[in-house]
Amino acid sequence: MTFFDRAKEFESFDFEGYFNRITDNDVRLAIEKDRPGIFDFLTLISPRAENHIEEMAQKAREMTLRHFGRIIQLFAPLYISDFCTNRCTYCGFNTRNRLERKKLSAREIDTQARIIKKSGIRHILVLTGEDPVNSPVSYLEEAVGILSKHFASTGLEVYPVDEQDYRRLVQAGADSLTVYQEVYDRRIYQNVHPGGRKADFQYRLSTPERACRAGFRSVNIGALFGLAPVRKEAFFTGLHAGYLQTEYPSVEISVSLPRMRKAAGCAAPDHPLDDRTLVQFMTALRLFLPKAGITVSTREPAFLRDRLVHLGATRLSAGSKTEVGGYAEQDKSETPQFEITDKRSVDEVEEMIRQNGYQPVFKDWEPLQVSP
Amino acid sequence: MADTLKIGQMEFASRLFTGTGKFSTPSHIPKVLEKSGSEMITVALRRVDRQGKQNNILDYIPETVTLLPNTSGARTAEEAVRIAEIARAAGCGDLVKIEVIRDMTHLLPDNAETVKATRMLADRGFTPLPYMTPDPPAAKALEKAGAAAVMPLGSPIGSNRGLENKEMIAIIIEASRVPVVVDAGIGRPSHAAEAMEMGADAVLVNTAIATSADPAGMAEAFSLAVRAGRKAFLNRMPEALDSASASSPLTGFLDECHDVL
Repeated sequence: MTFFDRAKEFESFDFEGYFNRITDNDVRLAIEKDRPGIFDFLTLISPRAENHIEEMAQKAREMTLRHFGRIIQLFAPLYISDFCTNRCTYCGFNTRNRLERKKLSAREIDTQARIIKKSGIRHILVLTGEDPVNSPVSYLEEAVGILSKHFASTGLEVYPVDEQDYRRLVQAGADSLTVYQEVYDRRIYQNVHPGGRKADFQYRLSTPERACRAGFRSVNIGALFGLAPVRKEAFFTGLHAGYLQTEYPSVEISVSLPRMRKAAGCAAPDHPLDDRTLVQFMTALRLFLPKAGITVSTREPAFLRDRLVHLGATRLSAGSKTEVGGYAEQDKSETPQFEITDKRSVDEVEEMIRQNGYQPVFKDWEPLQVSP
Repeated sequence: MADTLKIGQMEFASRLFTGTGKFSTPSHIPKVLEKSGSEMITVALRRVDRQGKQNNILDYIPETVTLLPNTSGARTAEEAVRIAEIARAAGCGDLVKIEVIRDMTHLLPDNAETVKATRMLADRGFTPLPYMTPDPPAAKALEKAGAAAVMPLGSPIGSNRGLENKEMIAIIIEASRVPVVVDAGIGRPSHAAEAMEMGADAVLVNTAIATSADPAGMAEAFSLAVRAGRKAFLNRMPEALDSASASSPLTGFLDECHDVL
C-alpha cells in the first residue's frame, strides 16, 4: 500500500463531524496516552483541543527533552538556482513572475559554501526551483559533490525526481531530502499548481517514498499552511509522517510546518494559520510522533522561534539568505522565494538557544563513504 | 581484593558509565564526571566536530576518563565499522560502543547486524562493546563474536521506564562470560540500583543525568545508587519471597519426631 492509498481512505471522512463530537475528556485522554493513534492525533489538532494547549505543550516539552535532550541542531539553506517551470500561484519563483533568473556556477557554489562555513554552519540544505533543463540532476550532483567537501551533512530541497536519480544524488553525498507536499487537498492542489511538472499530484505525493527507498538517511515532509483548511492539512501531514516511519523504519522522518508568507507577486493566504494553532499542531505532532524531528525555518519571526525551542522543535535554520547567491553580497534587493522574518545572524541564533537553556549543535552527522 | 570492573585489558573502579549527548551545554560534563566518579564516557562520533567554531566536545573530557566512542547513526555493520575506524584515526582508541539501529522510530538495536559488526571490529583489533536488544541467544552470539562486554537495553532509550526487560537481562547476566552493562531506559537512581542488585556489572546513564535540572547532582545520585546496588549484590541480598512463611513448613515436623529407633 502506498501513501496515496492510505490517504484515499480518508477522502470522504467527515472531519467536521468528528471534531464536533470531541469532548474535553477525549482531549485529556489523548494527551495522556502512551502511544496515541491517528484518531488521538486528530483529537489533538481539533478546535476543542485549543482549550488544552498548555497541557499539550507541557507534555511535548517533556517528550522532546527525553528523546532529543537539550539540543537544537542548526543548518542553513543555500539557494543555487531559481529557474522554475512551475506556476505555483503562491510562489515567488513562479515561471510567470518576471525576474532575472540565476543559477550558481560550480565556483560560485564553492564561494558560497566557504562563506557559510565561516559562520559555523556544518549542515547545509541545497535548494532550487523546478527546471530539469537549467538545473538538471547532473547539476545537482555536481553541487552536492562540492558541498559535501565543506559540510558534514548535505541535504536537498529540489524538484522531485525518480528513485534512480535520487540514488545518484545519495551516491554523490546527499544524506537528507526535504520535499513538501504543499497541499494534501487534491482539488486545491490542482488549482494552485495549474501547470508544469508539479501539476502531477500523485507523483508529488509519492516523492518521500521514492526518497526513502533511494537511501536518504532522513526525509523531511510538510504542508505549506495557508493554501487549504489548516486542520485537515495538519492531519494529513501527521498521517504521512506516521506512514513513512512505519514503512521505512531505517529512515529518520521529520516534519516542518511552513506557513505562507507574502512572497513577491502573490496573494495573501486563503487559510491563514495563526500562532496559537501552529503551536497546537507542533505539540500535537510531538505527542503523536515522539521521535520525529521538527524543523522551523527563518520564515517564522524571532520571538516565535525563541519559544518554539521549548515546544518540540529540534532543528532551526539560521543566518538564512533566500536569494540565489545571497551569501556573497550584502543588501541585495532581488526577489527571494520567500521573505525572511528572523534576520538574526548564526551567532545571534546560537546565543538565543543557549539563553533558552539548550545546546546549539552544528554537527550531527559524520559523512561515510559506504553505500547503503 | 578491590572490586573492579574489567573490560578487555582495562580495569575500572567505577561501575557507572556516562554520556555526552543531550546536555544543555557540554560545560556540565567535567562536573558530572567529577561528582559521579564515572571513568568511562560515551561520545557519538557524529557530534565530534574537529573543524567547528565551538570547542570540540572531547575538550571537556579529562584525560583520566576513558573515552567510549559510539557508532550512533550506523544502520549497517559496515557503517559501524567505518565510524569506528574514523574514531580510531581521530585518536579515540580501540574501545567502541557499537550501535547499529535500523528502526529510527523505536531506536532498537538490530542484533543480527550488531553481531556482524562485533565480529568485524574484533577482527580489526577493536575492543567492541555492543549495545543490544536484550535477547539471551544474541548476547551469547555477541560474546562469541568478540564482544568485550554486552550492553542490553533496560527499556527503550529515553523511555525512563527502568528494567522492563528484567527477565531477559537476568538470563543474560546468568549466562554471560563477559561483563553485562545495562544501557538505556534507566530513568532513576532506583532503576540503576535494581540493575546492580541483579548482578549487572555496570550501567550506562545519559538522558536522566543530562536532562536533569542539576546534572552534577543527579550524576552523584546515580553514583550512590550504583554503589549501593553493587554492594547489595556482593553481599548476596536475600531474595524477596511471595508471602510471609514459617521457616520450614514442610519439614518442621522432623524436629518434633521422637524416633523410637
